Amino acid sequence: MGIVLRRELASYFATPLAYVFILIFLVLANSFTFYLGAFYERGQADLATFFNWHPWLYLFLSAAVSMRLWAEERDSGTIELLLTQPITLWQAVLGKFLAAWLFVAIALVLTFPLWITVNYLGNPDNGAIFAAYVGSLMMAGGYLAIGSCMSALTRSQVIALILSVAVGLVFLLLGYPIVTEWASAILPQAVANGLASLSFLTHFEAIAKGVIDIRDILYSAMLIAFFLLATTVALDLRKAE
Amino acid sequence: MIKTEHLSKRYEALTAVDDVSFEVRPGEVLGFLGPNGAGKTTTMRMLAGFITPTGGKASICGHDVETDTLAAKASLGYLPEGAPSYGEMTVYDFLLFIADLRKLRGEVRTRRLAYVIGRLQLERVLAQTIETLSKGFRRRVGLAQALIHDPPVLILDEPTDGLDPNQKHEVRTLINEMAHDKIIVISTHILEEVEAVCSRAIIIARGKVVADDTPQGLATRSRYHNAVSLRLENPAQLAAARAAIAALPAVAEVEVVEREARLTALPKSGQTVLNALNELATRQGFKLEELHLESGRLDEVFRTITV
Repeated sequence: MGIVLRRELASYFATPLAYVFILIFLVLANSFTFYLGAFYERGQADLATFFNWHPWLYLFLSAAVSMRLWAEERDSGTIELLLTQPITLWQAVLGKFLAAWLFVAIALVLTFPLWITVNYLGNPDNGAIFAAYVGSLMMAGGYLAIGSCMSALTRSQVIALILSVAVGLVFLLLGYPIVTEWASAILPQAVANGLASLSFLTHFEAIAKGVIDIRDILYSAMLIAFFLLATTVALDLRKAE
Repeated sequence: MIKTEHLSKRYEALTAVDDVSFEVRPGEVLGFLGPNGAGKTTTMRMLAGFITPTGGKASICGHDVETDTLAAKASLGYLPEGAPSYGEMTVYDFLLFIADLRKLRGEVRTRRLAYVIGRLQLERVLAQTIETLSKGFRRRVGLAQALIHDPPVLILDEPTDGLDPNQKHEVRTLINEMAHDKIIVISTHILEEVEAVCSRAIIIARGKVVADDTPQGLATRSRYHNAVSLRLENPAQLAAARAAIAALPAVAEVEVVEREARLTALPKSGQTVLNALNELATRQGFKLEELHLESGRLDEVFRTITV
């Protein structure tokens, strides 16, 4: 698994695309924080304006990271080479997913100047910021697992991207007040709550405020596990097409 | 040993491989022949553990490909159709990656890397990314990848496709060298390749095995087996020669290529025509530019069985 992970991560950096991606991530993260989020104007020493945008940022950027995971292997035929090596399908799926996750983690770590800035300007609750970083990383994992599964369904990276954004959007919007209100109006309360609890947003909001609830972490872990399992099923069914 | 028993692969509307059973033993080079879409690649993919059979069983060195997949894969070197590899990697990094997946360590890894690089003449391109290589080099990288762990079984899907004649020769020499202690299965649609490297050939058509024989054995099934082909020095004698040859008792049929002044006499089943023809030519004064005995034409056998 480690071998697959290493190759995959190296292949991200084999093209300038990785650097472009990280640059876009940092530029967007910062501009959302400072302009749309009015970081200075709020006058508060925290990174809420930074983390609040992450669900949207990941929606597109993690899809761009995960789209090549399997679609490219299928398109070039290397999937046949990889899966006839003495490794299990599960090792391949996990190795590739972890490489994508690690890549996003690297981009996330590179936002550290924001953390330095906020510490320079005031006395933020660094524990809360750390919790929010963990929450953000878990959410990224969820998006990437969805992307991995979508990428396994097609040999076109563009289709994988579009599918990932579409499915990611569903998981995101389920937690938006406008959707949850509408859902509780027409559906039984238990179903509406259930739907809302499937959303990234519901689980991320608490953690972004610095509250690490084991259920929120568990949610992400299960979401990742579910979509990685779905990836292996999709590959098993369609790898030779 | 490779063993398949009633191996089948059905898709919804299509039976790609239908009840295929065979065994291959060490020292054998099995050529897998068949028209495009006959099920060659599907069979090889099932042996390599890439797709799962819908019926029957297959095993590599005693390891069932479905229940003991990792051990089966470990004893196998596999070149997929089209020799896919990661374009953005350099040749060296790619081979290192495969060596790691194949669990080669330390001194063994160094030695095996050096061997395949030398054997497939990859020294010159080691630092190049694979996407910048010519088709021939990519194929050689694919072969190097399949050989790196010195597996007892090699399955090569069209190993010489896209190579120039020199490179083809080189790959065939390599296969012949490895043949004595390994089990090798190659698929090809180049019939001369079967004669050059294979000790046995299986022809499949529409998913079924339609012939399983040595290349020589297959050739004897040809109408041209023991046929005699001759060329006349004087094209004007063609008509007369044709009539005289056709009148010989052992001759079943005479084929003529007028442009080359060539006649081919096909014998009746089990009979020979060479001596009779020779005598006839001397008696009637036909000057011959060329005379040879055919062992049989594989392409003709191939067409007869698979169409």
